[in-house]
Amino acid sequence: MNRSTTFAKEILWALLVLAALLAIPYLTASRVALDFVIRLAAFGIFATSLNILIGYGGLVSFGHAMFFGGGAYAFGLLMQKAGTSIPVAMLGAVLFCALLGLVIGAICVRLKEIYFSFLTLAFAMLLHSVILSWISLTGGDQGLMGGIPRPVFFGIDLSKTTTLYGFACVVGVLSLLLMRALLQSPFGYTLRMVRDNAERARFLGINVWRIKLYAFIIAAGFAGIAGSIMALFVSGAYPEFAYWTMSGEAILMIMMGGLHVFIGPVIGAALLLLFNDMVTRFTELHGLALGVIVLIFALGFKRGISDFLVQFIRSLKKKRVTP
Amino acid sequence: MNPTELFECVTSLSCIVTQTSTGLIVGALLFLVATGLTLIFGVLGVINFAHGSLYMLGAYLGLTGYRMTGSFLLATLIAGAGVGLFALLFERFFMRRVYNADVLMQLLVCYAFILILDDAVKLIWGAEFQSMGMPDAFQAPPLFVGGGIIPLFYLVLIAAAAVIALVLWYVLTKTRTGKIVRAAAHNPTMTSALGLNTNLIYAGVFACGGVLAGMAGALAAPVRSMSPGMGFSILIESFIVTVIGGMGSVSGALVGALLIGLVRSFGSIGFPSFVEGIMFLAMALILVLKPSGLMGREPRV
Repeated sequence: MNRSTTFAKEILWALLVLAALLAIPYLTASRVALDFVIRLAAFGIFATSLNILIGYGGLVSFGHAMFFGGGAYAFGLLMQKAGTSIPVAMLGAVLFCALLGLVIGAICVRLKEIYFSFLTLAFAMLLHSVILSWISLTGGDQGLMGGIPRPVFFGIDLSKTTTLYGFACVVGVLSLLLMRALLQSPFGYTLRMVRDNAERARFLGINVWRIKLYAFIIAAGFAGIAGSIMALFVSGAYPEFAYWTMSGEAILMIMMGGLHVFIGPVIGAALLLLFNDMVTRFTELHGLALGVIVLIFALGFKRGISDFLVQFIRSLKKKRVTP
Repeated sequence: MNPTELFECVTSLSCIVTQTSTGLIVGALLFLVATGLTLIFGVLGVINFAHGSLYMLGAYLGLTGYRMTGSFLLATLIAGAGVGLFALLFERFFMRRVYNADVLMQLLVCYAFILILDDAVKLIWGAEFQSMGMPDAFQAPPLFVGGGIIPLFYLVLIAAAAVIALVLWYVLTKTRTGKIVRAAAHNPTMTSALGLNTNLIYAGVFACGGVLAGMAGALAAPVRSMSPGMGFSILIESFIVTVIGGMGSVSGALVGALLIGLVRSFGSIGFPSFVEGIMFLAMALILVLKPSGLMGREPRV
């Protein structure tokens, strides 16, 4: 099967998922379900964008929240202070994050392994500190107050929950499809080669630094989209968006969902969001329960759920072939 | 932002004395925590992301120990021993399984323990803020030096940290055990080939890091309020210290800790909301200019 037909198949899949998601509001009037999917769109994009770095590039960033937070603030400020329309503000947020990614990535991707991780953490916390202390612009620890307006564009009115829901679904599925296309392109395969054997890639004439930087910028841009959706949903932006716990949560989503299957981080995001919603309803000891689950993943499955399933199915198939 | 107040402070002796003493105790506590972190990284090559939680555990054990025995010295020892034992079990049954996995698995196991320990502390000691109060033995009027105020306990804390640092330095450089630990850090395969039990060394180093963090927690108890989750900020600051000093370097941890302690105490006068920012800026600068840190060896690549 050649690449274009594979990709046509993936577009078909994406359209099917989108259609199913858009049908949900007609089946249930539950706000909880709609809110869940909107948050899943934001966190699914966020975790998948980080997985471009971690899973496909082998670049373990501890500071990806800076682009989630950066995107949320850029989007919110453009809406509040510049009064732009929603698509323009989103584009602005993506551009802002990509530029930030260009500058910070250019510095970070030179470093290896844990040093790269710590440098990204340092820059993310630096941005968090700037957000906290630049009170006149960002509102400091109170966050971006006053709400983010949702003006009508192209006849789309996002102040209605169902419309916002549809918008988040479309943006979410489109972003995932775009990331998938990028990762299946020659660029995506070069990135995998750099991850597996940078020396060999360099020998073949690939500029390793530049490939890593491109990955960093792309991941930053998509995290900016995720941040914008979140800002739109909560109608504000908060310093916690850029805090290291947010980076940690994305890593947790990737690790729970699986980092070698494209859709893994989205599954992980759904699992973690579901878990947070469920457990807080039953027990105060949310951390204890999550901690035990994380331990089961780390020491039991030793991989995310999708990686585990893929391997399990493969091993079943093998057994069937060998008599 | 208030640079003028910072300027006024550094031109008055009393303010310098007060702020320096505060900076030194912050630095002393940070040193105890960060040195364990850096030792574990240097010898085992893993980062114990749960190290801040060991500090928290030490503070709470110290609190209980003090209430039970009434002696601060005993409380500190109990905290050190208890946390050391916990670290030993943590290493043996959890961390050892992920030494050969990638850093993300180690992060995951530690993260699980951060969550579990925070909730365990909440269950045992309660979710609200707690404080030990100043132990009776140190209920003395503070010292006045050049118009600045230094509480007696600050001197005790700095002395205790200095003694621990000296013992650590002596063990690492002058004894056979220290030589073995350094050998294991330098070349684990060779050390093991020479008939030394590297598993035992790893367990010992991890426990030692636990003892240091536990004692630091107990020592901090009289001057810090306790709450579940208190390990988070000290963990991040220990990262900064280890990176600035050089990952794996004990002397680097000392320099880094004192530096960060002073930046914290003076920075809180000049630019309270951006102290963290300055620390992270310093960390980023070191990583860009000299990733091996101020005192670190060149990374083994």
